[in-house]
Amino acid sequence: MLSMLRTMWEIFIHLFRKAETVQYPEEMPYLAPRYRGRIVLTRDPDGEERCVACNLCAAACPVDCIALQKDAREDGTWYPEFFRINFSRCIMCGLCEEACPTYAIQLTPDFEMCEYDRQNMVYEKEHLLINGVGKYPDYNFYRVSGIQTATKDKGEAINESAPIDTKSLMP
Amino acid sequence: MPKVLVDGQPIEVNEGENLLEACLNAGLDLPYFCWHPAMGSVGSCRQCAVVQYQSDEDTNGRIVMGCMTEVKEGARFSLETENAVQFREAIIESLMLNHPHDCPVCSEGGECHLQDMTVMVGHRDRRYTGKKNTHRNQYLGPLINHEMNRCITCYRCERFYKDYAGGKDFGAQASRDRVFFGRQTDGVLESEFSGNLVEVCPTGVFTDKPFLAHYSRKWDLQSAPSICTGCGVGCNTAPGERYGRLKRIHNRYNYDINGYFICDRGRFGAGYVNNKERIDYAGLREVDGSYSAIRHENALATAGQWLNDKRVVGIGSPRASLESNFLLKHWLGPANFSSGLSDAEGPGMKQLIKVLSTTKANVPSVRQMQSADAILILGEDVANTAPRISLALRQAVRNKSFSMAEEAGIPEWQDAAVRNLGQDELSPLIIVTSSESRLDNIASHIYSLSPDAIADFGFSLAARLDGSDIEDEMVCGVADILSQASRPLVVSGIGSFSPDILSSAAKVADSLSNLNKKAMLSLCVSESNSMGVAMLSDEHTLSLASVMEQLDDIDTLVILENDLSRRLDRSALQKLSESKVNIIALDVIENSTLNRASMVLPAASFAESEGSLVNFEGRAQRYFPVFEPARDRLPSWHWLIKLASLDNDNKLSALACFDDVVSLLADSDKKWEEIVKVAPGQTFRDRGQKIPRQTHRYSGRTAMNASVSVHEPPQPKDNETALAYSMEGLNRDQPSTLSPYVWSPGWNSNHSVQKFQSKVDGQHKNQTPGIILISSNQNGFGESVSYERTGALEANNWTLIPIACIHGSEELSSYTKEIAELSGNAFIAISEDAANALGVLDGDGLQVIGGSAEISLEVRVVDRMAEGCVGYSVGYEETLSLAPGQTVRLAKDASWIRSKPHLIATDGASEASLGESLYV
Amino acid sequence: MSDLMLVLLAVSILAGGITVAGVLVWWERRLLGFWQDRLGPNRIGPFGIGQLGADIIKLLFKDDWVPPFADRFVFVLAPTAIIASMMMGFAIVPFAPGVHIVDLNIGLLFFLGMSGLAVYSVLLGGLASNNKYALLGGLRSASQMVSYEVFMGLSLMGVVMITGSFSLVDIVEAQEEVWFCFSQILGLFVFVIAGIAESHRLPFDLPEAEHELTAGFHTEYGGMKFAMFMLGEYLGLALISCMIVTLFFGGWMGPSIFGDWVPPFVWFSVKVIFVINFFILLRAAIPRPRYDQLMDLGWKVMLPITLVNLAITGAILLWMREVV
Repeated sequence: MLSMLRTMWEIFIHLFRKAETVQYPEEMPYLAPRYRGRIVLTRDPDGEERCVACNLCAAACPVDCIALQKDAREDGTWYPEFFRINFSRCIMCGLCEEACPTYAIQLTPDFEMCEYDRQNMVYEKEHLLINGVGKYPDYNFYRVSGIQTATKDKGEAINESAPIDTKSLMP
Repeated sequence: MPKVLVDGQPIEVNEGENLLEACLNAGLDLPYFCWHPAMGSVGSCRQCAVVQYQSDEDTNGRIVMGCMTEVKEGARFSLETENAVQFREAIIESLMLNHPHDCPVCSEGGECHLQDMTVMVGHRDRRYTGKKNTHRNQYLGPLINHEMNRCITCYRCERFYKDYAGGKDFGAQASRDRVFFGRQTDGVLESEFSGNLVEVCPTGVFTDKPFLAHYSRKWDLQSAPSICTGCGVGCNTAPGERYGRLKRIHNRYNYDINGYFICDRGRFGAGYVNNKERIDYAGLREVDGSYSAIRHENALATAGQWLNDKRVVGIGSPRASLESNFLLKHWLGPANFSSGLSDAEGPGMKQLIKVLSTTKANVPSVRQMQSADAILILGEDVANTAPRISLALRQAVRNKSFSMAEEAGIPEWQDAAVRNLGQDELSPLIIVTSSESRLDNIASHIYSLSPDAIADFGFSLAARLDGSDIEDEMVCGVADILSQASRPLVVSGIGSFSPDILSSAAKVADSLSNLNKKAMLSLCVSESNSMGVAMLSDEHTLSLASVMEQLDDIDTLVILENDLSRRLDRSALQKLSESKVNIIALDVIENSTLNRASMVLPAASFAESEGSLVNFEGRAQRYFPVFEPARDRLPSWHWLIKLASLDNDNKLSALACFDDVVSLLADSDKKWEEIVKVAPGQTFRDRGQKIPRQTHRYSGRTAMNASVSVHEPPQPKDNETALAYSMEGLNRDQPSTLSPYVWSPGWNSNHSVQKFQSKVDGQHKNQTPGIILISSNQNGFGESVSYERTGALEANNWTLIPIACIHGSEELSSYTKEIAELSGNAFIAISEDAANALGVLDGDGLQVIGGSAEISLEVRVVDRMAEGCVGYSVGYEETLSLAPGQTVRLAKDASWIRSKPHLIATDGASEASLGESLYV
Repeated sequence: MSDLMLVLLAVSILAGGITVAGVLVWWERRLLGFWQDRLGPNRIGPFGIGQLGADIIKLLFKDDWVPPFADRFVFVLAPTAIIASMMMGFAIVPFAPGVHIVDLNIGLLFFLGMSGLAVYSVLLGGLASNNKYALLGGLRSASQMVSYEVFMGLSLMGVVMITGSFSLVDIVEAQEEVWFCFSQILGLFVFVIAGIAESHRLPFDLPEAEHELTAGFHTEYGGMKFAMFMLGEYLGLALISCMIVTLFFGGWMGPSIFGDWVPPFVWFSVKVIFVINFFILLRAAIPRPRYDQLMDLGWKVMLPITLVNLAITGAILLWMREVV
């Protein structure tokens, strides 16, 4: 009984507290860079698409709203032929960003994505791809990976030694 | 069964197996790399380390390799003890020292044994900070992609390619941490089993190149149990689809037939399903000969005018399903049905069925062939007409070394030890063919004879085995070998289109059976359903020749998935083109028969439809649609029901679903009774649900069609089979015929197949019994055979021998880009002597003149060729006018231009330095 | 009072009642907002008062849908019953000296009767919906009503004993010296709690407990029919508040220290608003009990308290009569 009265009193004095409400849209809230809003595809520091079409984001997506198809450039590096996110299904959980091994897919602090037509919520690669590195300025997957690219021969990746000469007889 | 203690728990083991197998059988997860159920143990990767204790008092124990340790009653092991756990983790850590950071762009990712094992041992962080070794890759042909950096040197690829499949152009090179697996120089892998490297390699060194070009992860593939349509062996496959495209074909374990391996035609030959030349809509031929696409209801209306109250004849096909062929026959009546087998093949198939239904010998499955200890091949180039059988024969010749090992007390799975002991000791393999064969290098006796001489040899051999007094040295020698064997196997087939050879093989097998109850006889057939369509034929069935004769009395011809230009000679084709008959042709892909048809109906391929196929031993197997047929395509059986229903009185209009067709077939004749047991019908449910075609991790469901409409369509309904186009349901212990893909928690790679087996390398946990439709009455072939022998040939007259090619001879697979690239030019094969006589070299042109045909073909000089014979590549566009057994004259074609060798692409960097060595 | 005046009064009470109930919807949401450090509805009109109009417009334009499986006649009838009975209850409330529609000599009993009738609305709504949640809501409502009606009536008997009359005007006038909230503290306590239960206010809104029953008895209701249930609930809140003020807080009479320059109706209004805010505070602060706890509270705590209150009041009255 007393605790109930105390509770009522505690609640009552909240009448004189300042409200937490942010008067959006007149007043814009502060959103941290790690806020999970609209998804973008970023580019590496050299300006190439970061996405290598590994499909991990699609596999991680709990609502299965990411679909893509791998294609390859002439030098054999992978990139997505198409990359589609159905934002009308997306729950902004950020699991795709966690799954991404190349920092390509990133969630941004933008949540203002209302559309009158649901079809407009389907974003293709040209809508997703930005001209920037997003939250991770330095990373370039193909500098670390062992596969050969147009600009990097075998053995030139970070922490790699030159290709082995299999004909060598040295011990 | 003996028991061993693993971590204090007693587990039952099978006598003679190793601890790794015992653990896997008991459901324990013990990581491994170099061991393979079909290839045994070599103990090289050190991954399956466990601790073995001497006794109860022994608390330290010692580390032993699971795969090298035979289980003995009462032995004590521990998987969980810290020593063993740390040891296994350290092994993975060392393997990963040089493993590149490739997983996201590696097509093994998601079905990688190395990933699975790394997770299983718990290794996470790379502590070593030194540099990683790198390797240059090789160009290995259009089928296999090479990425050597990823190698963990388990040696499985070499053991498969050289030791198991008998390849010669691939192996390990260099030493210590420089070990490299590949060819001496860049180039196309020669072995017809190179595709298995994709599945044998525990990581992504060898990957499927056509699949890589349109890659999807394993979990994104929609799969269904299927049967390979590449040849008559009937290997089980698991094709995978995504975005309406057939992405790849994986081996689907079948204990009796293909086990873990399939040939390259089976793995890579189904690309035609995605070919742009596929028929999408019904087409009606216009007056000017062009076709216009029409709605299928309009097509049916037009067809109705051609069918009602008319004489309609149907031509079946050895590559169409049993059900489609049966419906055609049932609809039009036996007297209006032709099997669609060529006139060269038809009588042979008839003979073959007669042999199988009378032989005293056992008709073995592929696995049973592996137990043979003496093999006679009569006139069949098994490596090209039934590649999977040739792989089994390669294992069978090792039985000699297995028996030596048994005497020495070495278990069969001790692969390195058994091979060391056996060295070059092989069980006898006697090859009697007209031309060279890829099995020659393991044969004990090789004889090159013309087809007639092969038949003669067979009859003499049978007579000798029966006790006749024959003095021929060759016959006696072979007879001695075969009669001493405990499980002799005779292999022959339709490959040389000679019924006589089949008869002689039957006689040999019968004679052997009189001596030895375990004798076996296996006869190869040419196409996936040759057997089925031959079994459907009866005394009323028309041959293609008689159809052509009666052409003027026929109003309408219904051609079911059959390119007649491959089966008729030129004059018959000409007659067909000129006749007024209405042709309704159903087929999957553009071909020259469709260009003669009045109406074309788009049929679904094997990957989009269901049906049964009968393989070389008479085993009926069911394939299931992997994905919905696109556009207006329908399975042929469905088209036939629609066509038949145009006539309202027809009883076929009552058939509502595929199962009805199967039951109608089963009721139609006693020999088809068992066909309903081939696979569960569409009412089958596992714990209330259909079997899912998609994995539980199938992604993109709400986005893949969103570009068309954001409103998601419902999953397609499958009313014909027990499988669903869905992720819902269980893929666990349903009947083996309904197993679409293999996956088990923690086992994402194809090694998860052991979770579906009753024991390692054993039957499926819920094995559907094989349905063999032909049973022998054991009376023996009996009849005395009379035959005509062609007399001695005049000078420069040669008998044509058909030479099947694994890539190029089979019709549908040759529409696949990669297979077409490998099949090369049509050729005429001649012996070196003949080449010298004709003054030609390998690669020159020869004019082949015979009958009405006069064509020029590339010369291929072969190691051996029966006297008076020349071989020609069958199934190639250029050689369709040639017939087996035909007598031809040859002359050098002076105007022939030698084709340039292929320019080989490499992965870039060393192109210049490699360039010189490319022109071999 | 003339008949015309009476009709005018009746109409203004009717209109006022409904308006007050409507405003209350907004006021409650605002107040709850403040107590939860929010702002509540503040976007339409000054202080968001326009929310009331917006809500009405929205509710009016909603599809007037009757589920095909419902008992159509009863389904439509049910929400009207709660409005009717609650409005009838206002007939006996004395807002100021002489400002009442009727001064029945059984006024209190009339009030109890009318609030008892309101349960039919909920019960019928629940039954007619032909929906398991609605049915459970209706059942809960009925048994809650039956239980709490008992000591709601009994809790007022102390007041009646002291006053010696059922007439509300008499009761108000009897509090000229001291409000019954002091002498009948136990009665007040029981009546407040029973009043919340009667009007299905939180924390006793078990008939529509959304965690368990979706929306309870009005699960199938929408549009204006749902609005009538809402209106009924807020009318009930207003009525109970009026009754509490009338029975325990001296009705229109202000404390004598303020003299009589404040009009009686203002006193009445101030008191009623205070009580209503108290109810809203209860809603903001007290969690909903389990259903068995609700019943336990009723029969094992409230009923004994009422009986003790009756006995003590009776004893004191008898003792005072002896003394006097």
